[in-house]
Amino acid sequence: MADTNFSNDQMLKLYESMLRIRKVEEQLAKDSKEGNIPGAVHLYIGQEAVAVGVCSQLNDKDWIASTHRGHGHFLAKGGETRLLMAEVYGRDTGICRGRGGSMHVADFSKGIIGANGIVGGGISITTGAGLASKLTNDGSVAVAFFGDGAANQGVLAEALNISTLWQLPVIFVCENNGFSEFSPTNTVTAGNIVDRAKPYGTACETVDGNDVIAVWQCAERAKLRASRGDGPTLIEAHTYRQRGHVEAEASFLSKNYRDSQEIEGWVSKDPITLFEKRIVDAGQAKIEDLQVISRAMEAEVNEAVEFAEKSPYPDPGGNEQQYMFT
Amino acid sequence: MIQAINEALDGEMQRDKKLILFGEDVEISLFGDTKGLVDKYGTDRIRNTPISETVMSGMAVGAAAAGFNVVCHMMFGNFMYTGFDSIANQASKLRYMTAGQISLPIVYMSVFGGGRSAAAQHSDAMHPLFMNLGGLKVVTPSSPMDAAGLLRASIRDPNPVIYLQAAGRGGELGEVPDEEFIVELGKAAVLRNGEDLTIVAIGAMVRPALRSVDFQKTEGVSIELIDPRTLVPLDKEMIFKSVRKTGRLIIVDEARDTCSAASHIAALCAEECFSALKAPIKRVTVNDIAIPYSPPLEKNVLPNEKRINNTVSEILKFA
Ligand SMILES: Cc1ncc(C[n+]2csc(CCOP(=O)(O)OP(=O)(O)O)c2C)c(N)n1
Repeated sequence: MADTNFSNDQMLKLYESMLRIRKVEEQLAKDSKEGNIPGAVHLYIGQEAVAVGVCSQLNDKDWIASTHRGHGHFLAKGGETRLLMAEVYGRDTGICRGRGGSMHVADFSKGIIGANGIVGGGISITTGAGLASKLTNDGSVAVAFFGDGAANQGVLAEALNISTLWQLPVIFVCENNGFSEFSPTNTVTAGNIVDRAKPYGTACETVDGNDVIAVWQCAERAKLRASRGDGPTLIEAHTYRQRGHVEAEASFLSKNYRDSQEIEGWVSKDPITLFEKRIVDAGQAKIEDLQVISRAMEAEVNEAVEFAEKSPYPDPGGNEQQYMFT
Repeated sequence: MIQAINEALDGEMQRDKKLILFGEDVEISLFGDTKGLVDKYGTDRIRNTPISETVMSGMAVGAAAAGFNVVCHMMFGNFMYTGFDSIANQASKLRYMTAGQISLPIVYMSVFGGGRSAAAQHSDAMHPLFMNLGGLKVVTPSSPMDAAGLLRASIRDPNPVIYLQAAGRGGELGEVPDEEFIVELGKAAVLRNGEDLTIVAIGAMVRPALRSVDFQKTEGVSIELIDPRTLVPLDKEMIFKSVRKTGRLIIVDEARDTCSAASHIAALCAEECFSALKAPIKRVTVNDIAIPYSPPLEKNVLPNEKRINNTVSEILKFA
C-alpha cells in the first residue's frame, strides 16, 4: 500500500467521494432490478478508487472523458448526485434533460465531457481536449478513462502516437477490470496494455486500482508531466468489476463467465473497505466518523431519488429539434 | 425470431465448411443468435474478437477475398459506424475496382433501431447509409420466417450483405420455417391485400403498420401492406404495381427522414407512378434528431400506429 502523509481531512474527502459513488450505484442496482429506470446501467462498484484517485487531482478546468460505465467518473469530478439520478430516471431535470441517460451523463461546466456509448469513443475526444489545453496554455490537462476492452480499439494507438508527438497534456487511464463484456481480458488482449505506450516513447505506469492513495499519487505524477509540457502518460490501473457487465445480465446470458470465488476474492480487496481499515488503523478517524459520512451519503442519495421521482419527464410536445443545432 | 436466426446460422455452418463467424462475445452470445454454435463448430469457425470494429470489418473483406464465407457480427448497428471504413471504402467497392476479380461473400449482421431507451448511440436505423454505397445488399427481416430465409440467402449470396435485425423484436413469435426455407433477396412480401392505399413498412415498422392496416379495415379503408424485406435489391415492380392499383402511398421507415429509405421509395414512385397518384406520397419517419433516452421523448420520435393512422386520414382527404 502506498505511503501517505495526507491530512485527516484529505483522507475523509477521498472516502466520502468513493462512498458517494458506491451508494449511488447500489441504489441504481436496486432501481434497475425493480424497473424504476428506463434503460440499462453499467455499474462501477469495485472500481471507485480509480475515478476518485485521479479526479481528486483535477479541478473544473481539467477535462475528463468517460465510458459506458461512467457514473463514478461523473461524481468524482464533481457532477451532482441529484442531476445524475434524474438523468438516469429519464427526467427533465437531469443533467442532460433526459436526452442522454446513463451512458451519456456529461457536465461540461465541470470539465466532464461525458460518458460514452461507444467503446473507445472518449479516447480521441480527450486528445482533442488536450490539444486545446496545450494551445490555451492554462495548465489544464485532459484525462481519458477507458476499459481494458477499449484498449483494443485502434484509436488508442493513434492517440498515443499523436499526443506523444505533439506533447499534449493528456492522461490515458486504462481501468483493467478483468473483463471486456463477458470475455476475460486475456482471451481478447495480447500482451500488457501498459506496454502499448513503449513504442511511442509515452510515459507509462501500472497502479493498484483498488488503492486510492496509490492512484492519487500516480495521477499526480502524470499531471505534473502533462502540465510541465512533457506530454501524455498511459496508466493501467488493475481493478475488478464486482457486478455484472450490465445489470440484469443474468436474465439473458445462457451461462456463467466467471466463478463466484473469483468475485469473492476481489470483494475482500474492495477499495472502500481497504481504505476504511487504513484510515482507522492509522488513527485518522474513528469508525463512528466514517459512519457519519456513510449516513450523509445515504441521505444525499435518498434526496436525489426523491428529486428524480418528483421531477417531470421531458415534454414530448416541445420542439423536437431543440439541441440539434446551436 | 432469435431462435430462427440461430437455427439458420447453425444450418449454414453445417452446410458450408468454409463459413466462419466472428464478433464480440459471439461465443456466449448477447442476443442469443449465435448461442451454442462455438460448442458445435469450435473456435476456428466461431470466435470472439477483441473490441476492434475497424479491423473486424476489414478482416471480413480479406478473409472473403481469400476464399472464406464470412459472417461478421457487429452487435449494435451503431458499431458499424466504428467499423465503417472497411465497409464503405473496401467491401462495397473492391470487386468493382478490380474488374470483378473477386467476390466478397460477407454478411455484416447487427440489430438496429430504437424503442428500448438505449439512447442515441445504440438506437440508430442506419440502413440508408448502406443503401447509398451501391455495392452492398441490405436486408431487413421483420418476421422469424423471413429472418431465417433471408439469412440463408444472405450467407449464400456471393456479395457483401448488411443484415439488420430489428432490435426489440428478438422475442417475436411466429412460425418457425423448415431447414431449407429460403427467401430470395429482392422479393417483397404483400402482407395484406387492399385497394385504397399502399403502405410500405420496413423492418420493425411492419408491426405498427399491420396494426394500423387491420384497424383501418374496421373503418372501411382497404390498405395493401408491403414489406420490401430487402432494400437493396429493392422489389420496385411489386411496389409500383400496388401503387398503380391504389393510387396512394405511405412509407413507414425508422430511419431519420432526410435521405431515408422512405425518401428513396417515394422518389421512385413519384417518377414511375405519377399518373396513377391520387394524393401526395407521405413518409412516416424519424425526425432528423438523435434518438433520445427518456421514454416519452423516444416514443414521440419513433413512428407508431397512431402516426400511421393520422397519415392515412390525411391522405384520404385528397379526393
Ligand atoms: C464501438 C463499440 N463496440 C462494442 C460495444 C459494446 N460494448 C459495450 S461495453 C463493452 C465492453 C467494454 O469493455 P471495457 O472497455 O473493458 O470496459 P468495462 O465494460 O470492462 O468497463 C462492449 C463490447 C460498444 N458499446 N461500442
